[in-house]
Amino acid sequence: MGGATHARWAACAVTVALAATACGGGGSGGGAGSGIVSSSWGDPQNPLEPANTNEVQGGKILDMIFRGLKRYDPRTGKAEDMVAESIETEDARNFTVTIKDGWTFSNGEKITAKSFVDAWNYGAHLDNNQKNAYFFGYIEGYDKVHPEKGEPSAETLSGLKVVDDRTFTVRLSQKFSTWPDTLGYPAFAPLPKAFYDDREAWLSKPVGNGPYTVDSYTKGSQMSLRKWEEYPGDDKAQNGGVDMRVYTDNNTAYTDLMAGNLDLVDDVPAAQLKNAKRDLGDRYINTPAGIIQTLAFPFYDSEWTKPGREKVRRGISMAINREQITETIFQKTRTPASDWTSPVLGADGGFQKGLCGKACEYDAAEARKLVEEGGGIPGGRLKVTYNADTGSHKEWVDALCNSVNKALGKDKACIGDPVGTFADFRGKASKQQLDGAWRAGWQMDYPLIQNFLEPNYFTDAPSNDGKYSDEEFDRLVNEANGETDTAKAVGTFQDAEKILAEDMPAIPLWYQNGSAGYSERVSDVSLNQFSVPVYDQIKVE
Amino acid sequence: MGRYVIRRLLQMIPVFIGATLLIFLMVNVMGDPVAGLCGDRKCDPATALRLKKEFGLDKPVWQQYLTYMGNVFTGDFGTAFNGQKVTELMSAAFPVTIRLTLVAIVFEIVIGISLGVLTGLRRGRPIDTAVLLLTLVVISVPTFVTGLVLQLLLGVQWGVIKPSVSSEAPYDELLVPGLVLASVSLAYVTRLTRTSIAENRRADYVRTAIAKGLPRRRVITRHLLRNSLIPVVTFIGTDVGALMGGAIVTERIFNIHGVGFQLYQGILRQSTQTVVGFVTVLVLVFLVANLIVDLLYAVLDPRIRYA
Amino acid sequence: MPDPQEPEGAIAATGMGGAMDLAASEATTLERTPGGPDGAGPSAPARSLWSDAWRDLRHNPVFIVSGLIIVFLVVISLWPSLIATGNPLDCDLGNAQKGASPGHPFGFNEQGCDVYTRVVYGTRVSVTVGVCATLGVAVLGSVLGGLAGFFGGGWDAVLSRVTDIFFAIPVVLGGLVLLSVVTSSTVWPVVGFMVLLGWPQISRIARGSVITAKHNDYVQAARALGASNSRMLLRHITPNAVAPVIVVATIALGTYIALEATLSYLGVGLKPPTVSWGIDISAASPYIRNAPHMLLWPAGALAVTVLAFIMLGDAVRDALDPKLR
Repeated sequence: MGGATHARWAACAVTVALAATACGGGGSGGGAGSGIVSSSWGDPQNPLEPANTNEVQGGKILDMIFRGLKRYDPRTGKAEDMVAESIETEDARNFTVTIKDGWTFSNGEKITAKSFVDAWNYGAHLDNNQKNAYFFGYIEGYDKVHPEKGEPSAETLSGLKVVDDRTFTVRLSQKFSTWPDTLGYPAFAPLPKAFYDDREAWLSKPVGNGPYTVDSYTKGSQMSLRKWEEYPGDDKAQNGGVDMRVYTDNNTAYTDLMAGNLDLVDDVPAAQLKNAKRDLGDRYINTPAGIIQTLAFPFYDSEWTKPGREKVRRGISMAINREQITETIFQKTRTPASDWTSPVLGADGGFQKGLCGKACEYDAAEARKLVEEGGGIPGGRLKVTYNADTGSHKEWVDALCNSVNKALGKDKACIGDPVGTFADFRGKASKQQLDGAWRAGWQMDYPLIQNFLEPNYFTDAPSNDGKYSDEEFDRLVNEANGETDTAKAVGTFQDAEKILAEDMPAIPLWYQNGSAGYSERVSDVSLNQFSVPVYDQIKVE
Repeated sequence: MGRYVIRRLLQMIPVFIGATLLIFLMVNVMGDPVAGLCGDRKCDPATALRLKKEFGLDKPVWQQYLTYMGNVFTGDFGTAFNGQKVTELMSAAFPVTIRLTLVAIVFEIVIGISLGVLTGLRRGRPIDTAVLLLTLVVISVPTFVTGLVLQLLLGVQWGVIKPSVSSEAPYDELLVPGLVLASVSLAYVTRLTRTSIAENRRADYVRTAIAKGLPRRRVITRHLLRNSLIPVVTFIGTDVGALMGGAIVTERIFNIHGVGFQLYQGILRQSTQTVVGFVTVLVLVFLVANLIVDLLYAVLDPRIRYA
Repeated sequence: MPDPQEPEGAIAATGMGGAMDLAASEATTLERTPGGPDGAGPSAPARSLWSDAWRDLRHNPVFIVSGLIIVFLVVISLWPSLIATGNPLDCDLGNAQKGASPGHPFGFNEQGCDVYTRVVYGTRVSVTVGVCATLGVAVLGSVLGGLAGFFGGGWDAVLSRVTDIFFAIPVVLGGLVLLSVVTSSTVWPVVGFMVLLGWPQISRIARGSVITAKHNDYVQAARALGASNSRMLLRHITPNAVAPVIVVATIALGTYIALEATLSYLGVGLKPPTVSWGIDISAASPYIRNAPHMLLWPAGALAVTVLAFIMLGDAVRDALDPKLR
């Protein structure tokens, strides 16, 4: 791929005198909006179906080739109507969705209410093995198409009804006032008929309704996306297209960026962060993303639920020098956390700086006192489990443990405990087999405070691996979900969050930023709240 | 000789079955791969069950193995978790890796043996010491660092090469990665050659050859080197598999989508199909390499015969 | 994700280092009973080969220097506090990546630990892993490879094909499977793993050397004279076949020390808070642009260790070669 680009540049240099048109980086002939951006990419883990993609690499592509009913504004994070003209409800349970006229897929097929309803039915049905099926879990009839045990007893979600070409209704199984705001998630994208006709063919060259179309896709090495000239939306691509190149290592991508072979790296390797400002100057960006990292505890272990242990957890929290770790290890690409959400929600959305209080501030003396009062660390040693294969967690875990050890005055009070693979780590965590603390991370699906709290701390929620359970917390979350007034709902969620501050089921560590670097050829590069580059806005000079 | 080769080819069958079974079991022991497919979230149990069924993980291991082997003999190596055919992965990865390995082996032979002969003939001289120091550097500095430094110097600072290899991976782009990949093996080849040369240069047949008045060059290449090559050839033979399947760091640094990288990914994601498929092909490569090495023994030393 | 270690060195890094130690110690015992009264007969010339070798070694400056380095390494392994007063686990992130300063001659690493203290304390694990893995691989590999080469035929077929199967196991897979179930925090599972995956290479090298050696005239002569198999193997073939094994083993020693870090990097090696050169080299690698000193010192210690063993191997090999006398 590098070679192809190189060759193309060389060819451009030759043809420039004649008429350089389609050359990426050809410069003179390129005119506004026709240059091609080359960007680093990773191999998507799952087939590129909207309801089957749950990681960021596949998500990047879906964000380019699909537009759903809603879209999160890349700057404010607010869910804005995209294909939807309106989504109305009176009781927070029955919704009427009207879609705009004039939207088509890039193959010309008209987008109708059916395009959505069929896609959602497909995504929810157990037989289709879609990993994001649970996103449709709020819709009535989900338990019939996707039962926890046994065979499905219905083909479609009973809560979805097509009214006419541009209207459909949704009935939820419970009240959920902010449900329309979840619809910006890619799983809710519409699908063209071509998808059901020949899934294999569609997967090898997906067709959607976003500002880009897939020009060519070589699995494992490159996907070329080109601007869709007839794209009906307002957010038309400002460049001619994007070449997504699969890199085996983000370090290599970074080196390629420095050598001028690549335009955009959206994941600057940790060890290069210190150099990034020097290497790239203001072409290095570092913006908040909806990701929080925490240290979770095993509430299935009676040692950790004894009265007084919350003091131990609080003490451990106070023994972590978040400022120093985020500054030294992460080079400020993380911000010390002081609540259980993320700054990208904004104050209106439920982020409240300092909600955690003193417990999230470093105080070695107080930390030691609290741990002693709480009866000491169970077993005398805190194990912090992490997976070794992705994300270079070793460094911060070691730093965290060094900080705890120094504060508590013992050199082996806290030790890192690596597990070989992510699958093994997740297997152990989700089966409650970890016997110490572990790294927990949460990347939001949609910018709502609900998404930070409910999946992680609600009793038996899918990501509540620690089995934390508190009746009052559950009651408040349910109440907030049924609240039609958004401000009130957020307030109730924050009341629930205050219970977390008391119990410390997980210690907030830091909010993660997205970081990226780009070449001199491109401008207007930014990252959205999901730390994904906003490709359509990038301009090529 | 012909019968020997046929016998050796027949012996490949049990090795092939043994190795694939072993690898199959090992990947299975690693646990449940589905747990890693749902991100930081517990897979919903119904979907997890369906996925296991789709990948055939719900059957007992022996049955999985038999089904798998049955498919392999019809040319179906299964699919990876992202829906890609393993044969597709292999046909993309092996050509690149074979080229990279060839480059590395040529470096081992040309540089390694030359330096070995040079140092073997000049033991204790400055050149010998210099090569020894270089050997120490190669052993104690990780490939990651060597690769990265070369990449930064040649690729970014001086612009001599491109830091990453393109997906077509032509030979000229593989020169630097091949050298990095070969570096540790170079140390072995150099010192093995050096020792053999030093040992054999006082052997009777070399003295005889010199006494006969043969030119020095001819004595070295025809008599001395030929008889010194057996350990070197053995080493390179064992190294082929390691270079092909274990070039993970080199492949990652230079963005080569080769066998080592795919195998590594497959192992981390616990994709039995990918891992067993790749290892199966690698096993065949080891076996053939070993057979060639054994046949070369007879060429290098006429006293050795195979029946 | 930075990947500071190379599992490729891992596979390539098989070897055997025990042969020379074996040879040396055998020489020692033989020398201690110098030419007993019944020293006549066929054993006399052989014994004089080993004892000649030992006499040679004692006067070889290369052997003396390498021996001194190794003794020093052993002493530091046993009593690191002799030359380092600090605590290798006492780390202050505020000092991260800082260079040398008074009291901290090698500077600090990325976690703000004192590099000098960590290099000294890392000796124990690294040298133990390197030496023991090398010894194990050497013994297992040369015995099995030697037998295959010497007897040939069915023996060779079975042993060589078993070797092939072991060759097929990727180090990463083997590590994740075999070491992830181990809970012991000692170095032995790691050493055992290296022996298990490392012996095939030395076995093939030994086999090749034995096949060459057994065709030598003097071996054929000995066989014609009716020498027993064990006698031929020990007295005639081993001294002539041991050189390549020594060479591979001494280099492999260094790669094992690095492999230990690869395993730790994979999350299956020695668990924190173990201190070793390999782990520190691996952790420092991504920062080569910013703070090369963090890599330089542990890598330097590794280089000196490998140098000592290469020199030792050279000296032993020379001592065993009558043509050099």
